[in-house]
Amino acid sequence: MSATIVRNGRVIDPANKRDEVGDVCIQDGKIVASKSEIRNPESEIEEVDASGLIVAPGLIDIHVHLREPGFGHKETMDSGTRAAAAGGFTTIVCMPNTSPAADNPSTITWIKERVASAACVNVLPTGAVSKNISGEELAPIGSLVQAGVVAITDDGHCIQNHELMRRAVEYARMVDVPVLDHCQDYNLVGNGVVNEGYWSTLLGLPGWPAAGEEVIVMRNILLAELCDHYIHCQHVTTAGSVRLLREARRRGVKISGEVCPHHIALTDEAIQNFDTNYKMNPPLRAQADVDALLEGIADGTLSILASDHAPHADFEKEVEFDAAPFGIIGLETELGLFVDLLVHKHRRVDIVRLIEMFTAEPAKLLKLEAGTLSVGAPADVTLLNPDLEWTVQIDKFESGSRNSPFDGWKLKGRAVQTIVGGKTVWELD
Amino acid sequence: MKIAESTPSSNTESALRWNRKDLLGLRELSSQEINFILETADAFEQVGTREIKKVPALRGKTLVNFFVEPSTRTRTSFELAALRLSADVINVSATSSSLTKGETLKDTARNLEAVHADILVLRHSSAGAPQFLANRLKASVINAGDGAHEHPTQALLDLYTIRRKRGKISGLHIAIIGDILFSRVARSNIFGLIKLGARVTLVGPSTLVPREFEKLGVEVSYEIDKILPTVDVVNLLRIQHERQRKEYFPGTGEYTRFFGLTKERAKLLKPDCLIMHPGPINRGVEIDSEVADGLQSVILDQVTNGLAVRMAVLYLCGGIATT
Repeated sequence: MSATIVRNGRVIDPANKRDEVGDVCIQDGKIVASKSEIRNPESEIEEVDASGLIVAPGLIDIHVHLREPGFGHKETMDSGTRAAAAGGFTTIVCMPNTSPAADNPSTITWIKERVASAACVNVLPTGAVSKNISGEELAPIGSLVQAGVVAITDDGHCIQNHELMRRAVEYARMVDVPVLDHCQDYNLVGNGVVNEGYWSTLLGLPGWPAAGEEVIVMRNILLAELCDHYIHCQHVTTAGSVRLLREARRRGVKISGEVCPHHIALTDEAIQNFDTNYKMNPPLRAQADVDALLEGIADGTLSILASDHAPHADFEKEVEFDAAPFGIIGLETELGLFVDLLVHKHRRVDIVRLIEMFTAEPAKLLKLEAGTLSVGAPADVTLLNPDLEWTVQIDKFESGSRNSPFDGWKLKGRAVQTIVGGKTVWELD
Repeated sequence: MKIAESTPSSNTESALRWNRKDLLGLRELSSQEINFILETADAFEQVGTREIKKVPALRGKTLVNFFVEPSTRTRTSFELAALRLSADVINVSATSSSLTKGETLKDTARNLEAVHADILVLRHSSAGAPQFLANRLKASVINAGDGAHEHPTQALLDLYTIRRKRGKISGLHIAIIGDILFSRVARSNIFGLIKLGARVTLVGPSTLVPREFEKLGVEVSYEIDKILPTVDVVNLLRIQHERQRKEYFPGTGEYTRFFGLTKERAKLLKPDCLIMHPGPINRGVEIDSEVADGLQSVILDQVTNGLAVRMAVLYLCGGIATT
């Protein structure tokens, strides 16, 4: 029997349209309605003073590479979930491009066992759409769902065969999980490593054209309509994708899109020194794309924020630009960057909508009971200070990797305490 | 400037005008720096015509020719330039290096530095590889071509050749013809020519000469016959057969028909227009044999001038690395 009262914070629970100063009461890992529901004696109730802070449902990041099994030298369940907790996240969704790939129920079971023994936040696995993420044959999607995946995705890869994708979406509808898609047309993108445009032309780096993403976003819109089922476009980066998604969502198509912090914090101008911490897939785009993403966030076209946390060891990243793996870590800078850029600097959303994009929106997509402070919900709570100014120091990160371009950035806004199932798993010093 | 017995005063003077240990590209250089290299090359040019083709400028220094991508012409040019400056030279190629055993570029280079290499000349298939090493090594890094990014010494020898033959660069109109998209020679030429006041027009199939290049301050044309009568220099780039499998253009026959410098087309050129090519040339594809060997061709002058230019670059950067 444990009990906690988080007192006097500004409680923001978008799922319940709640925004008021008050208390959040927790009994045995669940949210309860009020202090009168707590059965512990007064002396055994933990008190958390949240005055001056925002008390939000635990944040959810639906796009994280935890790297296990297979790549423990980049990140482990232990280090990755500590990084999540330090970033204010109580639930993360891990991608299946591990080794072996999470394309079968036994790997999902293995992941769940590792999570049970090593993770300090909730980890929800996804399963692959295709066997070995090779885009050729369907993985056993139904068995993966029975084993506990919350979505299917070939993230990092993209099914090029539209017919196979169609069947995957139809099948996913039957077993009631959404399909998350990394949108990349392999023929158009070729060996592209950076946005095709001024900087790729200047630097002679192979270009990754915006159309390489937009063709697949369009494909996904058409298949979501055809199959009447949910497709979520991961890490959307281009103005064209935003335009397509806006039009489709207005018509009620079951399509959604997410944004990663680096795609609004940086443009492709950052690649000019060939620093591989600016190499990610999809690549950093031009200013006009960044502006369109901000507009898409403001008008609800892009409804989910995620990190695409992609850890790599220093010896893997510290190589020629062409040869370096794509991706950067993001869990520990994500909230700070989004609050700083979206709420303070560009004023595109208020803090309530920002929290909604980190809680109620992903919970709705994945049908999670998390992402709310409703009575009876898991007591996952994030305390955050949207005005706290801090400096990113990658040597202080909990993550097992250091591949971030944001070292030294001064940001406004961060999590100060992370509570999972009623227990504080991380607190700012 | 006296090269043979470089005096302290000339060293001081050159340090004021040149303070880079590396030559990574022409984009980062000022027009003054480019001109200073060309002037220094003037002084080295006559060394090659002497009975004893050698000066002691880099005596006691070690130069490593580190060619991760194959090259004969550029490698031998750097090797000869270094030998004429009295440097000790070793050649390391991709197949003979530990890169094939899984060693990273960084570790291979650090090993070369651990045996006190002073100058590293790098040819690499990845854009940015020379900068990657320059940021990590005390040794001078000279870019001998990185991916489709830059090939600064090729552009410098092109500039040097134009200046030698025409007496100036500013105000001239230069056409660069061929595969621009994948060409490091084109990019370095564009940066250098524009800094020195030339007008540049890029010509070639639209797939290999995207309009995006206009943002670099050049003109783009797909009509070679309109451009040829207006230019003072044509610089032809090799059409790389390996590109064809990606379908950038329909074949070498059609390329020659639309963009080859045939005998007929060469008649459109002004009589004093220079014909340049960085080599290796594909006779009958981008240039007719007779045109390549004709009076307007300065293709072999380019090769000769490459030595003087590379001596100048090694001398200037090698001098900074130790001071």
